[in-house]
Amino acid sequence: MLTVSLEHDHPKLALDFQLPRGQVSAIVGPSGSGKTSVLRAVAGLLSTRSARISLEGDTWADTERGVFLPAYQRPLGFVGQRYALFPHLSAVANVAAALVHLPGAERQREAQAGLDAVGIGGLASRSPSALSGGQCQRVAMARALARKPRLLLLDEPFSALDRSTRKRLHVELKRLQAGLGMTVVLVTHDLDEAAQLSQTLCLLRRGRMLQYGPTPEVLRQPASVEAARLMDFSNLAKAEWVGTDREGATLRWGELVLRAATKVVSKPGATVSWTIRSSDVFLVKDGHPDESSLGILASARATEVISMGGSVLVTVSVDHSGGEPLRMRLRPGAVHRHGVHVGCRLRIALHPEAVIVLA
Amino acid sequence: MDWSALSLSLELAVWTLALLLPVGILIGRWLARTEVRGRPLLQAICALPLVLPPTVVGYYLLTFMGARSPLGTALDAWFGLSLVFSFPGLVFASLLVNLPFAVLPVQRAFEGVSQELHDAAACCGMNPWQVFARIELPLAWPGVLSAAVLTFGHTLGEFGVVLMVGGNIPGETRTLSIAIFDRIQAFDPGAAGRMAALLLLISLVTVALGYGALEGRARRGAGQG
Repeated sequence: MLTVSLEHDHPKLALDFQLPRGQVSAIVGPSGSGKTSVLRAVAGLLSTRSARISLEGDTWADTERGVFLPAYQRPLGFVGQRYALFPHLSAVANVAAALVHLPGAERQREAQAGLDAVGIGGLASRSPSALSGGQCQRVAMARALARKPRLLLLDEPFSALDRSTRKRLHVELKRLQAGLGMTVVLVTHDLDEAAQLSQTLCLLRRGRMLQYGPTPEVLRQPASVEAARLMDFSNLAKAEWVGTDREGATLRWGELVLRAATKVVSKPGATVSWTIRSSDVFLVKDGHPDESSLGILASARATEVISMGGSVLVTVSVDHSGGEPLRMRLRPGAVHRHGVHVGCRLRIALHPEAVIVLA
Repeated sequence: MDWSALSLSLELAVWTLALLLPVGILIGRWLARTEVRGRPLLQAICALPLVLPPTVVGYYLLTFMGARSPLGTALDAWFGLSLVFSFPGLVFASLLVNLPFAVLPVQRAFEGVSQELHDAAACCGMNPWQVFARIELPLAWPGVLSAAVLTFGHTLGEFGVVLMVGGNIPGETRTLSIAIFDRIQAFDPGAAGRMAALLLLISLVTVALGYGALEGRARRGAGQG
């Protein structure tokens, strides 16, 4: 387990979290949220005002006890956004640079094996300037893995790559991680990338951890308005808390009564925020055979219809609601079948399992 | 042709280079990375000989190194050494005058090595000395080479400070540039011309070799790519 507790002023950091061993954990946040600073602090490249960092019981930093292992003494690998390959060294010499503790011949052999493992053994003598972005990334990965680190830190390593290379390298990262079983911390601003690659997801904003936990759980259930915003839950609204029963909570959104399967508890009469994914707002056709299974039904008017590649984003104004517009993501076929256009009347369904009450 | 003056000039240039280049690398590297408040002042002190007239530098050296100065008295008492009108004094003066040529190119070159590469090297398990030797120094090598060429070439041609501190003692402080001046004063333009041509040739070869080495390195780098 990687345990991290940091406090710092510039940049502002105040967080405390544990990441599981042998898994990929992703730290997601907008630009300036402190993601890279957290990674640099874990690597020993940033000395913070207060720090407690340990990996599987080994303390790397503890300001209270005056412990601070410099980066070169921490058993980790680091791949940065721009790979930072040494420009005066060939690909194989870049990997060998991480093996300075080995004798020359063994170092060369291991470095070549490292390049072979990431599939670019044939480019060993090339200089970094003669490698493509994807190839540089592989050299950087081979270099980071050369010392067989217990922790691999990745700082937006895919952000400068084209889509197809990125997808290919995602698969390779998963394969490498599964093979080596090491703990990986990936920093990214791309939530989709984090969702695909990580088992644990951490949401960071302004140097604070908004939420962290198993990735599917965090993605399904944002804990706060800030977390929901960060995860691009575009539907955010306020409602009055009515009460709870065994099946969940009842909310009043304007004159509409909503049901939510939630663990959050509030006081009757209190105002709470709630959200629903745009893909979870359903369009209900007239004469649906089992309308009661769909959740709360409401009539609405489409105010905006925007085609976005493989889907259509429809903004609706819900009758008798609290006033906040809702966005729904529909397939182009459904839009065509239902004749959805600006100004048309629609019936929508909000399922209790999809309505998320935010703390 | 005053061969002893040529020999003395080369000897002075080699001593200056050998003593000053390591110091220039250390100071240049330190100035490139340090965040101390007085950095601009320290940089200004290093660059001062570039903008001061040689007579001013010479005057202060004579004042502080002279037989009656505390430094001169101490050196004479401990080592029986005089820095004025002697070869060791010339070397000392040359070290001070050439400080900017040895430091500034090196400093700029070290500043060009990004923090990212430093961090990457540290995360590769390299200790600070290994980072310096394996990453920083090879990358800053063009700056070090420029510093070496400038220091060597400038020492060969130095005139004002050498004349003030060393005077014109044959075999002891008369360098080639002083010998040229001496021949001009003695209305011997033929000898002055031959020595001037030789100094020009040596300086040209020195600088050309420096540029050649830089270009060769750049070509090897491109060839790898």
